[in-house]
Amino acid sequence: MKTELICSGFGGQGALTVGKFLAKAGMQEGKNVSWLPSYGPEMRGGTANVSTVISDTPIASPLVTNPDILVALNQPSIDKFGPEIRPGGLMIANTDMCPRKLERDDIDAIYAPMSTIAKEIGSAKVLNMVAIGMIIGKKNLIKYETIEADLTAFLKKKNPDLLEGNLKAIKKGIEIGQNS
Amino acid sequence: MGEKVLMKGNEAVAEAAIRAGCRHYFAYPITPQSELIEYMSRMMPKAGGTFVQAESEIAAVNMVYGAAGCGKRVMTSSSSPGISLKMEGISYLAGAELPAVIVNVQRGGPGLGDIQPAQGDYFQATKGGGHGDYRMPVLAPSTVQEFADMADLAFELGDKYRTPVMILSDGLLGQMMEPVDFKPRKTEAEMEELDKQHFDWCIHPNQDEPNRHHHEINSLEIDPLILEKHVIHLGEKFDKIEANEVRYEEYKLTDDCEYLIVAFGTAARIAKSAIDELNVEGVKIGMIRPITVWPYPYEAIRNALTPKIKKILVTELNLGQMIEDVKLAVEGKVPVEFLGKVGGILFTPQEVKDKIKGM
Repeated sequence: MKTELICSGFGGQGALTVGKFLAKAGMQEGKNVSWLPSYGPEMRGGTANVSTVISDTPIASPLVTNPDILVALNQPSIDKFGPEIRPGGLMIANTDMCPRKLERDDIDAIYAPMSTIAKEIGSAKVLNMVAIGMIIGKKNLIKYETIEADLTAFLKKKNPDLLEGNLKAIKKGIEIGQNS
Repeated sequence: MGEKVLMKGNEAVAEAAIRAGCRHYFAYPITPQSELIEYMSRMMPKAGGTFVQAESEIAAVNMVYGAAGCGKRVMTSSSSPGISLKMEGISYLAGAELPAVIVNVQRGGPGLGDIQPAQGDYFQATKGGGHGDYRMPVLAPSTVQEFADMADLAFELGDKYRTPVMILSDGLLGQMMEPVDFKPRKTEAEMEELDKQHFDWCIHPNQDEPNRHHHEINSLEIDPLILEKHVIHLGEKFDKIEANEVRYEEYKLTDDCEYLIVAFGTAARIAKSAIDELNVEGVKIGMIRPITVWPYPYEAIRNALTPKIKKILVTELNLGQMIEDVKLAVEGKVPVEFLGKVGGILFTPQEVKDKIKGM
C-alpha cells in the first residue's frame, strides 16, 4: 500500500513538520518514506508545502501531484491542491484559516478550527499535532504509539510541558478524526 | 549497519563522507546545497577534522588541491554556478592526479538560473568542464541512500585511480528526506592505513617512513615530451576506469520489452513511477539507469537492444544532453526520442506515460 500526502500552509504554521513527523513514524514502523519540501525564496507568512509518501514498496517518484490526503492549513492550500486530491481521498482543513469549503463530493473532508483548538490546549504551535491526530483518527496510516514514543524521546528531558501539550493535541485530533 | 535515520540528501552525503574518512572540507554556501556545508560546519570539527568556509568557490577548490596533495581524504561541494567556478581547480586536480570528491547539487541554469532541481550540468560533468585532456568519474545518485553511499564509493575510486570524482546530484535529492542506513565510521587504525596508501606520492611529514622522499605535486610540465608521456599515462588510466568502473541499474527490463527508457538521477526516479503504471496497463517497458554517467554504460544499452525494442525514450531535466551518449550506444539502430523539462521544473510520471503512449 502507498499513501501520498501533501501538507500545505503558511510558512511557520508547521505544514512541513506534519509531513516530517508522519514520515518519521512511517520509517519507524518499517515503511518506505520520502519527504520532499517545496523550497525557494519563501519566508514566514509565505506558502510552504511538502510531498510526503509512506509506502510498503520502494518509492519511485517522491513528487506528489494527486494526493490521497491533503492537509490544508490555509485557504490557498485548498484552492491549489484541493482539486488535485485523488477521488476517495481525504482532506483535513483548518477552518480558522479557510473561509471557503472545497466543493467536491467524491472525497472525505474534515473541517476543524485547528488554530483555536491548538490555542485552547495552550500553544498555537501544536496545530500541526492536531492535524497529525486527525489523520491517525481517520486513516490507518501510522500508529499513535509510534509518534508518542518519538515525541517522548525527543521532548521528555528537554521540555516535558511541551510534550504534554503535543500529546494532548494529537489525542484531540484523533477524537475529531474518529467522530467524522 | 545501525538504525535508519530520516535525513536530507545534503546532510546524508556529508555524514557519509565523514564516516568514509573525510577530515578536510572546504566550500562556499549556495542553495540548494547549503545544508551540506552547514552540516559539515557543525560535525567536521567534532570529528577532529578541518572545516573552512572559504572566501569563494575558487579558493575552496584550491584548498582541496592542497589537502589532497597531503594525501588526505578531502571534499568540496557546491551547486551549478559554484561548480563552474571550481572547474579550473578540477582540471588541476586531474592533471596533478589528486584524489578528491566534488559534490554538485545541481540547480537550474545557465548563469545564475534558479534554485530548483535540474540536470543541465551533464555535459560539464561528463565531457570536461575544465580545460585539457582529462576525464573524471561522475556518480549520479537517485535516492538519498544512494547519495550517501556514493560518498564512500567516490573516495574509494579517487584513491584507486588518483583522480577527482564528482557526485552529480540535484536540488531534489539534496532537499529531500529519506531513511538512510550508514556504514560505520572508519576507525583510527583504518584512517592511518588510508594515509599510508598515499605515502608513495603525497607530501607528508613522517620522517620515519622508509619510502619518504621528495614528492612534487604539480600540473605544469613545460617539456612537451614529458607532458606527452604524462597525458598518455592519464589516457591509459581513463581506459582502465572505463573498463572497470561502469555502473548501472536495470529496472523492469525483460527480454520482451518493447520500449526502453534511459534516465539518470531524479529523472530516472520519476520515470520509474511511470514504468510501474505502464506495466500494469500492459505496456512492455523497462529502464536502464546509468549510475556512473562517466564511464558511461554504452555496452549495457547496446545489450538491451533486442529485436523487440521499438523505441527508446530518454528523459532528462535539461534540453537533451545524455541523449547524445544514448545515441552513441544505439548507433542508429532504434529511434531515440526525448522528454525534457528545464528551468527547474520536474516532469510528472503522467507526462512520461503520455509521451510513451504517443510514441
